[in-house]
Amino acid sequence: MRTLAKTLFLTLFTGISGLVWAQTTITGKVTDKKNPLPLVSIVLKDTYDGATSDSSGNYSFRTSEKGEYLLIATSVGYRPFEQKITLDGKGTLTIDIVLKEEVTELSAVVISAGTFEASDRKRAAAVLDPIDIVTTASANGDITGALKTLPGAQQVGETEGLFVRGGTAGETKIFIDGTLVNNFFQGSAPNIAGYGRFSPFLFKGTVFSTGGYSALYGQALSSALVLESIDLPERTSASLGLSVIGVNGGYQALSKNKKFSWGGAYSYMNLAPAFAIIKQKQDYARMPEIQNGDINFRIKTSAKGMIKYYAYFARNRFDFTVNSIDSPGYLDRFALKNFNMYHNLSWKESIGKMWKLNMGFSYTNNADDIRSGMKDGNKNDVLLNGLEFKKFDLDLDANYFNAKLVFERRLRGLSAIRFGGEYNYSDEKSLFTIYNGQKFPDRLRENVKSVFAESDIYITNALAAKIGTRFEQSSLPDKTNIAPRLSLAYKLSKRSQASLAYGIFYQNPERRYLPSPNELDFMKATHYIAQYMTVSSVRTFRAEIFYKKYDGLIKTGFAGGREGVAVNNNGFGDAKGFEFFWRDKKTIKNVDYWISYSFLDTKRDFLNFPGAITPNFAAKHTASFVVKKFVQTWKMQFNGAYNYASGRPYYDIRFDGTKYYFADRGMVQDYHNVSVAFNYLPSIGKQNSKNFAVYVLSISNALNIKQVYGYQYSYNGLRKEQIVPPSRVFVYIGAFFSFGIDRSQDAIDRLF
Amino acid sequence: MKKTIFILSAILIAGFSFGQMPEKFVKAMEPKMAAIDTTMTVQGLTDLANSFERIADAEKNQWLAYYYAAFCNASAGLMVASGGDMMASKADKTDPYADKAEKQLSKAEELMKDNSEVFVVKKMIATLRMIGDPMNRYMTYGPEAAQALETAKKLDANNPRVYLLEAQDKYYTPEQFGGNKDEAKVLFEKSKQLFETFKPATNIHPNWGRGTVTYFLSQYK
Repeated sequence: MRTLAKTLFLTLFTGISGLVWAQTTITGKVTDKKNPLPLVSIVLKDTYDGATSDSSGNYSFRTSEKGEYLLIATSVGYRPFEQKITLDGKGTLTIDIVLKEEVTELSAVVISAGTFEASDRKRAAAVLDPIDIVTTASANGDITGALKTLPGAQQVGETEGLFVRGGTAGETKIFIDGTLVNNFFQGSAPNIAGYGRFSPFLFKGTVFSTGGYSALYGQALSSALVLESIDLPERTSASLGLSVIGVNGGYQALSKNKKFSWGGAYSYMNLAPAFAIIKQKQDYARMPEIQNGDINFRIKTSAKGMIKYYAYFARNRFDFTVNSIDSPGYLDRFALKNFNMYHNLSWKESIGKMWKLNMGFSYTNNADDIRSGMKDGNKNDVLLNGLEFKKFDLDLDANYFNAKLVFERRLRGLSAIRFGGEYNYSDEKSLFTIYNGQKFPDRLRENVKSVFAESDIYITNALAAKIGTRFEQSSLPDKTNIAPRLSLAYKLSKRSQASLAYGIFYQNPERRYLPSPNELDFMKATHYIAQYMTVSSVRTFRAEIFYKKYDGLIKTGFAGGREGVAVNNNGFGDAKGFEFFWRDKKTIKNVDYWISYSFLDTKRDFLNFPGAITPNFAAKHTASFVVKKFVQTWKMQFNGAYNYASGRPYYDIRFDGTKYYFADRGMVQDYHNVSVAFNYLPSIGKQNSKNFAVYVLSISNALNIKQVYGYQYSYNGLRKEQIVPPSRVFVYIGAFFSFGIDRSQDAIDRLF
Repeated sequence: MKKTIFILSAILIAGFSFGQMPEKFVKAMEPKMAAIDTTMTVQGLTDLANSFERIADAEKNQWLAYYYAAFCNASAGLMVASGGDMMASKADKTDPYADKAEKQLSKAEELMKDNSEVFVVKKMIATLRMIGDPMNRYMTYGPEAAQALETAKKLDANNPRVYLLEAQDKYYTPEQFGGNKDEAKVLFEKSKQLFETFKPATNIHPNWGRGTVTYFLSQYK
């Protein structure tokens, strides 16, 4: 009835106006050349007149305006169409409109070879959401733990870090807001992997490159992990966490105008309660205890400008003994006290419409006090003949400073050019005290200065290239290098694309081999990557093949009266393989899973290797299956992960006075790990909730499968022993609360 | 006395704002008012949103035109989002609507600050964002929606649309997430009651929602 009335009214109205004014009808069809485009808005500029195209792309409207006007057609994802028209108040004007697709992040091809992204940006390389980092069962809330379920990364459990495509953990560098992070991991003990220092909740974006990465980053032969910290919080809130391993609390305040926020958090971890129940291989005289605090502020300087500051302070200590492999009946003692301080200040700003600026500084101070020695069965210190070398103190005090400046100028469409510089400085002091009290102080200072330029060139929406070069000057070794990088991406269809990447990557010899009695040079890797990817909002398939060539790897040997020092850059190697990734959120209702598989064939001759061999950190086959199921009725998320790695080789390499040889070698058994986690989210889906609670129960290696990482040998080679995790199964129980703070109500009262 | 002053100032404000509206503008807006309550298709709502946007862009200083454009785009987006797997991400389809609505609403807000109706649409947009990708967004857009609705209520406790949105949330939210049809009914009735006395400042000021309340209340019989 109402519609009828409206029609009548309209007819009447337009009828009358038709009588009074002369009108022109404008009609036509909107297409993208091939297909009709519905829902396009057509406007006669500065008038009320216009129309919206219907499902077959047709539009039509009448106007009583006269004279010259601009006809504009707009639709999301297309470039606006404009045409001048002259209206003379009569007749029909037929104007067919062809809209051209706009080159946008959403529709354009993505240069994605070698890259995994976890962010809420809806684009091809973003195979993970930020929340995936936290909800991957085997990750235990650790960023690198989640990345290990992606192809390219190894399942190495005895040391921390990301071992990518046949590279060592040292070949992966980690960046926060553009600048290098030193000491990303907590101080570790022999055969126990250190945990990442930074909470995954600090980051809104993660880009994990397994090769062929941008010229903005350097000094990493294999991989770059680029983390982007969160912006202003949505609201003022407090958080509280309780778990079997510790407590933490934090507060974040957001100013009323939503342009400034500040906050801080404190966490205390003590593994005593957990280790009392879950038997460890190590016998702790002092249970691992970690205290850390952080403070931050963020200032929104303009619509796109932001200053962020984050500082982190941590103290970590433990002291344990394990049965000594060198002398049965005795114990090896290892104690660590660590202090770490990290500051990161960054500023991003848009300057005019065309320019962007990114600036970052980071400073780290890291101090380790390591005590090593032997004890007898009654835990009294002993010094055994021939094993004096096991008694030492090592005090390290290191300062690192990193700065980076990047300018970006927009070109047409999505094309852009970026250039800038980076400065990395390190100053490491060490004091080595041997059993008889003799002290060996040492200090190593070095720096690397880099400049770089790269350009994203979108030739069309479907074809893009990234061309870059990086120039580095290092003080130790005193050398320079030029590293070109090139990537291409071509969109094959709406959902699929192919990419290629090539690049040369240089890295300084690890600092523990510096300075060397001989002159050293950079180590070098050359990457070749080809990728095919097809992506929809619910499914992702990605296949990649790669070849990586290593040159100039460090070889160790006998020099300056000592064995084990870096002697030259004659090491070499290569790695080749293929990888698959499949993620599916749709096929099974409410179930989201991904499967990764990596095949790796790598050999290298470096350090003390007697020749080119597959290194002990490289498994031929690696696979992960990660599944997440959300049960709405129970508000429960079930997360499971199965990680597999085929057996890695192990070696006992010894020096006979002139050369290295294999005293023993073999293959470790396959690695299996099944982890499960249950997250209970009572506040999910509640529309008006300001408070959130998450309860977590997670079990690592839930099936209690024996895991062996490798073998270690006694100093004389007579005994060998498996390297296994400190405990087979680990159970984690925790609860996290976040309280939105609103001055008008007491949030805490509401929750309980 | 207080009441008299209130009514007087209401009339004054209404007169003032009416006085600012050119006749041509009011003439163009009037015939669209009925359509707001009756249009139920994405095509129809987009068409309506576009026509409001044309008026808004031609006038540039009429908050109501921007407001209705934002409202229609948000409604179209919510229509796109409905049906299918509730928890699945559909942000690629719904975000363009939210983007448009947000832009238009911010223009409306620039012209008309601290207005309950603007916050009602703000709430709709936050909800649209959230249901675009609930698993990843519920922690950010859930509270934002709640905050907007609370502000709308604070600015005008007698705005029937505030209770209508609150009631719809209660109605559609599954029970395990705090939904409750009985509680929703109470809110629908409250909204209905407020609609009975609600008088828009002019015949082109927000007055939508009556039909929706009647529809929902009819579902209880």
